Amino acid sequence: MFQIYLPIAEMSVDIFLLLGMGGVVGFLSGLFGVGGGFLMTPLLIFIGVPPPVAVGSEVNQVVAASVSGFLAHWRRRQVDFKMGAVLLAGGMAGSAFGVWLFGILRQIGQIDLVISISYVVMLGAIGALMLAEAARTILRRHAGQGARRKAHVHHWGHGLPFKMRFRTSRLYISALLPVALGFLGGLLAAIMGVGGGFMMVPAMIYLLGMPVGVVIGTSLFQITFVTAAATFLHAINTQTVDVLLAGLLTLGAVIGAQLGTRVGAELRGEELRGLLALVVLGVAATLLWRLVAQPASLFTLAVTGAP
Amino acid sequence: MARPGARQALAALAMLAMLAVRPAAAQELIADLSHHVIEIASDFTGTELLVFGAMEGEGDIVAVVRGPREAVTVRKKARIFGIWMNARAARFSSVPGFYGIAATRAPEEIAALETRRLLEMGTDSLRLDPEAGLDAATVAEFRAALVAARQAEGLFPVRPGRVDTAAGRLFRARIPFPAALPTGRYVADVYLMRDGQAVAAQSLPLSVAKAGLGAAIYDFAHRQGPLYGLLAVAAAAVAGFAASALFGRRR
Repeated sequence: MFQIYLPIAEMSVDIFLLLGMGGVVGFLSGLFGVGGGFLMTPLLIFIGVPPPVAVGSEVNQVVAASVSGFLAHWRRRQVDFKMGAVLLAGGMAGSAFGVWLFGILRQIGQIDLVISISYVVMLGAIGALMLAEAARTILRRHAGQGARRKAHVHHWGHGLPFKMRFRTSRLYISALLPVALGFLGGLLAAIMGVGGGFMMVPAMIYLLGMPVGVVIGTSLFQITFVTAAATFLHAINTQTVDVLLAGLLTLGAVIGAQLGTRVGAELRGEELRGLLALVVLGVAATLLWRLVAQPASLFTLAVTGAP
Repeated sequence: MARPGARQALAALAMLAMLAVRPAAAQELIADLSHHVIEIASDFTGTELLVFGAMEGEGDIVAVVRGPREAVTVRKKARIFGIWMNARAARFSSVPGFYGIAATRAPEEIAALETRRLLEMGTDSLRLDPEAGLDAATVAEFRAALVAARQAEGLFPVRPGRVDTAAGRLFRARIPFPAALPTGRYVADVYLMRDGQAVAAQSLPLSVAKAGLGAAIYDFAHRQGPLYGLLAVAAAAVAGFAASALFGRRR
């Protein structure tokens, strides 16, 4: 009814559908403290946005979401800027490499496939982990056991060279680990249009051994700049950033996130977390089905230049 | 983008030139279009181009409308490890972005294949310039897929449209344009056919351009990538700051 033409996606979409999608994903991200990019990109693909444009626009939206999150953590001094900068060095390289790869995959006609497969693998893994975690917590609560975990584990990564001291995190570790982690995050941002917090946060806790208090603020710092770099590079190399689409999603997400944060503060999470896991697995299954089901037409056309 | 006025003036000049050089031919066939400029705003849902004119004596009228040509890669999916993925491809280096045709009779009845190919009368007679090195069967398969896909989008006709005649002299034909009309310079060629040959022809230019905010954003994104990227990042950052300022301090 209130159709709006998205200039880069080159399609008309109901404006309230986009605001609603932004609102729902924003609500979930406020509720669970997740970025939401990993749900939004598949949803955009489901409503018919070309996968490359879904990625390019969503990574632009994640910039807005992570800026406000980062500012909140900065105010509470929960950011390790030195660690953030090292992660970011890897992240910039990763997103540059990712955007370059994205362009090549698009040229050879495999970008849609790679985006879909990446999502199936990632959402499948995250959904399964979340479901298992939620189930374990619920079971443990019923059994009445307290969860205990070692604060710091020594592993192979501590033998690497280029050691650096991170005062805020009270760590003395090889810079290679955060650089590699950042690189992976940048790659995910460029290829999948996500911030990558779902991967960064656990890796920073378990692999780097950072204190939980500064992990989220630091990852948001890194995500803000990595997604900004990925947006910029996509705008130059692939022209897949639809600012109108990103803006409408952001508007919905800002409102949804406020509601989600308030509701989340009052609810106990495990059952909801289990529910989110099911949603994530459902999205993964839908994407997988689209890959394995016989398509309506085997042929696709792509304009590949002037005559 | 050229101004529509200038384009119309050019078209008028071209017509004058034709009149001057070939007065006989011009009298045998005079044609014009209902539009010389089509602007695609965000609410564009397609339109219809009227090709009309007058002819002298016996013969058939064929109107062919072609959009700007571009290279198109057709890809075919195959099942690999249970997943449908693009496996084979064929590149056609000169495909009109839009192709429309109308004729007083079926083109096969009007002219022989050779002439039809020369004048591109009918989707089977289009020169699409497939890449070299492909076998004939592959070219035929991918060519058919290309035409079918374009037909599904309304960019190629499923069958030629009709040319209506009145009093044996006046004619008119409607060429439907879909919502997803590519932009650029179009040409409408009108032929008067007699005994399988074109005895008179007229070429009419038509410009299709995007208009409005959407067009401005698209052009900006494609011409000024770095600046567009910076603005996209800045807009998102401002939105993040605004959200933080509005809601952040209450927590």
